[in-house]
Amino acid sequence: MSPKIKEKQKPLLEVVNLKKYYPIKKGIISKTVGHVKAVDGISFSVYPGETMGLVGESGCGKSTTGRSIVRLDDPTDGDVIFQNKNLANLSKNEMRKLRTDLQIIFQDPYSSLNPRKRIGDLLAEPLRAHKLAEGEEIERKVNNILEIVGLTKYHKSRYPHEFSGGQRQRIGIARALILNPKLIICDEPVSALDVSIQAQVLNLLKDLQKEFNLTYVFIAHGLGAVKYISDRITVMYLGKIVEIAPTEEIFNQPRHPYTKILLSAYPVPNPHMRNREQIVVEGDVPSPANPPKGCAFHTRCPFAQPICREKTPPLDGENHQVACHFPLT
Amino acid sequence: MANLLDVNNLQTVFRTDKGEVTSVDEVSFSLKEGETLGIVGESGCGKSVTSLSIMRLLGKGGRVKHGSVKFKDRELTNLSEQEMRNIRGNDISMIFQEPMTSLNPLLTIGNQLMEGIRLHLKLSKKQAKLYAIDMLKKVGIPRAEAIINEYPHALSGGMRQRVMIAMALSCKPNLILADEPTTALDVTIQAQILKLMKKLKNELNTAIILITHDLGVVAEMADKVIVMYAGQVVEEADVYTLFDSPKHPYTKGLIKSIPHLDNDSSERLDSIPGTVPTLQHMPKGCRFHTRCPFATERCINEKPDLLQLKENESHSVRCFLYDSEQLDKDVREEVNS
Repeated sequence: MSPKIKEKQKPLLEVVNLKKYYPIKKGIISKTVGHVKAVDGISFSVYPGETMGLVGESGCGKSTTGRSIVRLDDPTDGDVIFQNKNLANLSKNEMRKLRTDLQIIFQDPYSSLNPRKRIGDLLAEPLRAHKLAEGEEIERKVNNILEIVGLTKYHKSRYPHEFSGGQRQRIGIARALILNPKLIICDEPVSALDVSIQAQVLNLLKDLQKEFNLTYVFIAHGLGAVKYISDRITVMYLGKIVEIAPTEEIFNQPRHPYTKILLSAYPVPNPHMRNREQIVVEGDVPSPANPPKGCAFHTRCPFAQPICREKTPPLDGENHQVACHFPLT
Repeated sequence: MANLLDVNNLQTVFRTDKGEVTSVDEVSFSLKEGETLGIVGESGCGKSVTSLSIMRLLGKGGRVKHGSVKFKDRELTNLSEQEMRNIRGNDISMIFQEPMTSLNPLLTIGNQLMEGIRLHLKLSKKQAKLYAIDMLKKVGIPRAEAIINEYPHALSGGMRQRVMIAMALSCKPNLILADEPTTALDVTIQAQILKLMKKLKNELNTAIILITHDLGVVAEMADKVIVMYAGQVVEEADVYTLFDSPKHPYTKGLIKSIPHLDNDSSERLDSIPGTVPTLQHMPKGCRFHTRCPFATERCINEKPDLLQLKENESHSVRCFLYDSEQLDKDVREEVNS
């Protein structure tokens, strides 16, 4: 376990056997002919104050997982237990109340802010919607939050288009933070930003976590950013979890072949390393509508054995969990 | 060996409602046969416009206002549109960022691939088809005979990018302009494509201009690198020098701000404060001075030139911090003459 997790501490968020299937419809009567298994039975826990990184390639289900946790998408099956309540069974109304504690930051700061609203109104909206403040208090809270994320109260009367990508992402963060949440799902918050701006936003997220004792689920495909911010990392492939471990262990002793390949594929910003040994896998990620039998990675795995084609390996282990018949040592 | 490509003092401008804006200014570089040049910079720094200026694909609003682009000793900026068409695809070809949008969805892979082959290599339809299948095999597409009759939507992003590469290479060009060729792809697919580009480059001795914002990709691929900021080249060096001893404060900041896999995560990331200036509001003096921790009075008022460093002539920097060396040199030259 990571140093941040004290013993016998209860998880803040527990995801148990979460599934999200999207029906594939065909024909004039829209008959369901199959399902895209975007998330196919995943379980993990997130402890208070930690950052859980969620990585994988496009289509692996990491964003769907994030959206299912906050019920932007209703899960097909499984439980999401947050502060002893099962979010999967809550009514819309009950869920609404809980959303003050559970916020999400989106990837694209260009499309996630309403272009017709001023920044002041965008930030006051969550407070009004949840009836958490009135009149002057709203004003005070908005000014305060703007300062916290590195903007000023003079920005309140401006519209989103007047801001750069990095500033917009700060506004997105402020909007999530103003409700004083316990858990924030960060869905690729820096992927759309330039390199020099990414660092600013990552630093901000880290500072805020310390200051407000926040818990993050940090979804990303860039491993550098995930490593910088996460205490533990969950690696997903084709709707399933293949490995969960503390950040150091994922990077130093990956146990699933896919994790190892993912790390090795990442281009290293050091030209002296260009002739290092690199494992490059052939082929593409299979379609989640028709995932391979057995271990989903067997079609691309350099170590695949006959059993990998037959039996799906369970996620096993205590602190370092891995779903592989022949984990690396 | 003579240079394959010489870009000299290139300035590209665009007409807009608010008047003319300069997108690329004072850009110079050269490229030898078989060399890979990386152009890095953040969005809006002019790296794509530089490559479009070379290809003369700027559209209606844009034009090259100053400077020259010499390719195999021919001045491209003066050629007629017909002459330019003979060069595009034949001598210089391009790989675009979005394999999803740069293929025509209404034509089969084969039709799109054969169009250029028939036009430039003057092959018959039958020969062209065989040639196209051969090219697809070369870029690692399985079942090339069947894929050639498929439409782009049937292929994954990685496969489409392979088709783009096959298309770009089919007329054996001397130079390929690759504009963010792997940005839209997943890491494992990116690794496949980069490996393929390296292999083909060595086989065919093609020069590549690789435009990217990813310093990792540059470190893997390039022989030499130019760093662009706000439409100008701020630093040029061979790839090892650039990463080992970057000189310009912007390059330094850029390299430090990438979260490395081997960094300690308890350290804070270095970041460059502020944002890239817009083309309409370009700062006076050095364009980076608004974000530079070392900015002085001089940087605010005067424009720095791209200076060659004394200790390494292939390394140049656009920054006054290294100007004292230049001063010494000037003084020395004066004394000598």
